Amino acid sequence: MSDMSLATPRAYRRPSTRRIQVLALLTALVAGLILLTLSCGRGCLAPGDVFAALTGAPGADASFVVSELRLPRAVLGLVAGLSFGLGGVAFQVMLRNPLASPDIIGISASAGAAAVFAIVILSVDGWLVSLIAVVAGLGVALLIWTLSARRGAAGARLILIGIGISAMLDSITSYVLLEAPAWDRAEALRWLTGSLNGAQLTQAIPVAGALLIFGGLLAFTARDLEALRLGDDTAQALGVRADGTRLRVTLAAVGLVAIATAATGPIAFVAFLSGPIAARLLPGAKGLLLGAALVGAFLVIAGDFVGQFLLPARLPVGVVTGAVGAPFLLYLIIRANKNGGTL
Amino acid sequence: MTQHHRLETRELSAGYEKRVILEDVSLTIPAGKITAIVGGNASGKSTLLRTLARILQPKAGNVLLDGNSVHHMPSRKLAQVMGLLPQSPIAPEGITVADLVGRGRHPHQGVFSRWSREDDRAVFRALEATGTEELAERDLDTLSGGQRQRVWIAMALAQETDLLLLDEPTTFLDVAHQIEVLDLLVDLNTAQGTTIVMVLHDLNLAARYADHLIAVGGGGIRAEGAPQQVLTEELVQTVFGLSCRIVTDPVSHTPVMVPIGRHKAVEKHKDAAA
Repeated sequence: MSDMSLATPRAYRRPSTRRIQVLALLTALVAGLILLTLSCGRGCLAPGDVFAALTGAPGADASFVVSELRLPRAVLGLVAGLSFGLGGVAFQVMLRNPLASPDIIGISASAGAAAVFAIVILSVDGWLVSLIAVVAGLGVALLIWTLSARRGAAGARLILIGIGISAMLDSITSYVLLEAPAWDRAEALRWLTGSLNGAQLTQAIPVAGALLIFGGLLAFTARDLEALRLGDDTAQALGVRADGTRLRVTLAAVGLVAIATAATGPIAFVAFLSGPIAARLLPGAKGLLLGAALVGAFLVIAGDFVGQFLLPARLPVGVVTGAVGAPFLLYLIIRANKNGGTL
Repeated sequence: MTQHHRLETRELSAGYEKRVILEDVSLTIPAGKITAIVGGNASGKSTLLRTLARILQPKAGNVLLDGNSVHHMPSRKLAQVMGLLPQSPIAPEGITVADLVGRGRHPHQGVFSRWSREDDRAVFRALEATGTEELAERDLDTLSGGQRQRVWIAMALAQETDLLLLDEPTTFLDVAHQIEVLDLLVDLNTAQGTTIVMVLHDLNLAARYADHLIAVGGGGIRAEGAPQQVLTEELVQTVFGLSCRIVTDPVSHTPVMVPIGRHKAVEKHKDAAA
């Protein structure tokens, strides 16, 4: 029994210091990580040299490495990680199931397959690739919704259908890559597990734009999304239109994940891992969206750094996050069997 | 503080997908009173409540609140007047009691508006009314079934609506907790004049606690009115297909239904043979 009984009204929702601390800590971690990836490769630069290189001060010899190689990589990792984290947690919260993340139910796979198809077969690039990826992502989301449409789409049915579709799309990706005339292994790996190799700042622009637009849409819908966690009936009793909210969240989350996937490939399990990690850091789940976005950025940048420099062979980021994510997936499935597992 | 709102249905047909469960229902919920909807399994009592609460779209006809169709009102505006506690509500993992009850404030807040003093006061009143104030910091998962149900009711109370709809609020509770929850609803009704509409499984508790009974069966309303008029041997026979005797509750002087089965009856009952 609790010994906290008070006779007068009090603040039931104090500005949560824990929430602010966790979000500040995550932001600091991501910022620190970016600084680390800018300064360090096989060897490390002094912070002053990094700053000089970034500002383009004359005579900075590290200029090429920092500005042309490391900065685009860090920026793309940041925006892609934020997008994967945000899109992933939006799906997981909306469907009330951590397994219902876009990289498990085939949304990432559809964006990846569409991007590969667009680049290899249609020979397009830039914005058009992003657009095709988003359209494919929305199409597959619609397909999964339709196939699993029975009262309450949150069920195991949706996830199993999504896994099936995901496998089909992955085989399309593999097929297109095999048919591609002159692709090297690194480029193929990007579309199979996700990679930041050869990152350019121009690639980060559509991803950043998507973050602004779809992230904004999610922020605007966050309160209604939060109400949806109480179930459709309760949400509707609280004045939330469940279907309209789901439509907005799906659009935003697919947009985020698909555009990031078109730039970096489907970086394995980042969308899936970010939400549950953030939920454990932020009990009661206020600030979950922002938390998951930051965790996503952390996972991508850290995974990329580990894959490049801390392992015996240079590996793309998706291999590292995949190695971390797979055991966690097993853990969640075992746990979900025990208690049905909401996020 | 509480305003009396007029909730009624006009030639309402309701059901799920292609299946029509209730047809041509026209009724008025008495304002400021406690109404219980009773009926057999799958009789449509939940369907009626869920259509009143605009969770379900009507197949035909209207649900009117003060003359306006609830299915065409702005959701948020309606949510400030009418609340619903569904049969098995879902809570996010690890949520505290105060946080959950605070969710009831949703329709009173804007998209980016902040938690206000008024929200605090509403949550306090709701916790106090349900006797859950001392559980405020507890994790919902750690509470007993009875405590949890009181917390859910507190959430609905924090919404501060003049009408409160509840779908079987006593299911899964033992008899002591059932009485506790129903007493709480009477408190709320007498103290604040809240109009209460609930689906109840237990005929005798419905007859004791409701001012107005609605008996649902055979695709429509079989009877409605004061429990003394509605709860008769004939009605139980029509609605449930059960022979029974009606006696008077020595505690509340309300009708009590005593079933006659095939066994155990000491006297010979004409009805049982029929």
